Amino acid sequence: MAFLELSNVSKSFGGTEVLRNVNLSVEEGEFVAIVGYSGAGKTTLISMIAGLLKADSGSVKLRGQDITEPSPERGIVFQNYSLLPWLTVFENVALAVDQVFPTWSAAQRKAQIEKYLAMVNLTPAIAKLPRELSGGMRQRVSVARALAMEPKILLLDEPLGALDALTRATLQDEIVRIWEQDRRTVVLITNDVDEGILTADRIIPLSAGPGATLGPSVAVDIARPRDRKALNHDPAFKQIRKAVLDYLLGPGGRQKTTVNRKLTLPDLLPENLDEPRTIFGAKRVPRRRSEEKMESVEIA
Amino acid sequence: MTEIKAMPSPRTRRNYLELRQLNKTYPSPKGPAVIVNDFNLDIAEGEFVTLIGHSGCGKSTVLSMVAGLTDVTAGGMVLAGKEVTGPGPDRGVVFQSPSLLPWMTALENVMLGVNQVFYTASAKERLKIAEYYLTVVGLADSMEKRPAELSQGMRQRVGIARAFALSPKMLLLDEPFGMLDSLTRYELQAVLLDLWKRQRITALMVTHDVDEALYLSDRIVCMTDGPEAEVGDIVSVPFPRPRDRVAVMEHPEYYRLRERLIEFLEVHAHKKRRVKFPSETTTSSEAAA
Repeated sequence: MAFLELSNVSKSFGGTEVLRNVNLSVEEGEFVAIVGYSGAGKTTLISMIAGLLKADSGSVKLRGQDITEPSPERGIVFQNYSLLPWLTVFENVALAVDQVFPTWSAAQRKAQIEKYLAMVNLTPAIAKLPRELSGGMRQRVSVARALAMEPKILLLDEPLGALDALTRATLQDEIVRIWEQDRRTVVLITNDVDEGILTADRIIPLSAGPGATLGPSVAVDIARPRDRKALNHDPAFKQIRKAVLDYLLGPGGRQKTTVNRKLTLPDLLPENLDEPRTIFGAKRVPRRRSEEKMESVEIA
Repeated sequence: MTEIKAMPSPRTRRNYLELRQLNKTYPSPKGPAVIVNDFNLDIAEGEFVTLIGHSGCGKSTVLSMVAGLTDVTAGGMVLAGKEVTGPGPDRGVVFQSPSLLPWMTALENVMLGVNQVFYTASAKERLKIAEYYLTVVGLADSMEKRPAELSQGMRQRVGIARAFALSPKMLLLDEPFGMLDSLTRYELQAVLLDLWKRQRITALMVTHDVDEALYLSDRIVCMTDGPEAEVGDIVSVPFPRPRDRVAVMEHPEYYRLRERLIEFLEVHAHKKRRVKFPSETTTSSEAAA
């Protein structure tokens, strides 16, 4: 039995089947990335693992136990940070820590909060409010909050989707660095194949909905630490990238329908709107490409 | 499907668009802030050129100046032998967010420009133009939908159809797929390329996506970090056209060029950001090829 096991999970909303027969098994300590289109049902999938949604059929099990409700043993980081705007960085994390470790002394809890905020390099911003932080810093708070609960499994739902390319690259490296410290089980949801290759042990493509399902899993056999630039001459990188992209952009990833239609594009040239619309009172007539001919004439 | 052939011209103009010593300076409390300085670029007719650089490096400012949406502080631009001073329908712009009018259907949004530019044609012909482009971008069954009923990717398809429908001399694309997830982005790049191969409209695109730049362009112009952005490196993209994503990514040069571009971006990500003032010595570079 794998650490996290989803078998034949299906989920529908209002008659539309979002996920169909999803099977997933994740081993303890493994970093798995699920890559798919937006709107494919990635968030639905992670919400079921988190216990925020119940599957219509099939089972979702963590260490052999059915997941029925949310629990601090599954830490989750959302794309939109979900911080309380009136609480400081410290207080936002404290909210989670106080809840999960009520028997600890105040000093122990404070040490726990400070340890995880230091891990995400936020010690200088500890007393700030979320609105005083950049997007990348807010997402770090969210990561610290999830980690401080010491979850058995960390669920990352497109955590870097709202950030610009530079900040995203920095945080990708940081997530890997933190993961390497204690090798917790991680399920990362993303739409970026490169992000998956940089961070994960295994990439699983999710086909486009409705009725999305997981495709063949691709192992990322690339030594860590992985360098964004150097990867480009690693044949394994090219191969993994191709395998995942070919599945997602090919017929397996998205069903495409073709229609045959007879189309005629009128053979017109655009008008110059700076010129008057009438010539000596007469309306202009449309100019056609086929009527404009290049003539070569002799000049006397 | 009808294929439009370009007007037979005696020779393809090598400098269809000429940008000469473009400069953009904004006043600031500390004195004038130079965003773009001495920017030179020539684009040949039918060429697809991409400006790549980090957010805030001034690449969008250059594009906006070519579109005529931002005033030029100094320098000049010539498009097809005519100086560019303000915005006009001879330059079709695709913005990052498609900026559609929410109360109009996809078809009406496209018709808005078509009615202006083809005012001499009959209403029936104008409708045919809009229908043609919306069908080619894959919206044959969604023409009567309003933006709210369309997904983000479909809205951007409308934006692309709207720009092409005007038969512009030049296409300006400002991070056209920046708001889409990376997979939908691949799909729309293919849509854009399919439309572009039919007409080969001279294009200038701005992006920070290395794969996008390599897939679409003939030439990639790397911009150093702003303020005072300049041309840092020019990369010629050798992949044959018509291009197909799988073939492009298997091209032996692909990952070598990709690494070169990523390296350029990484180096310039760590450069110290500082606004220079006219009193300080400035460096300039010639970018014209």
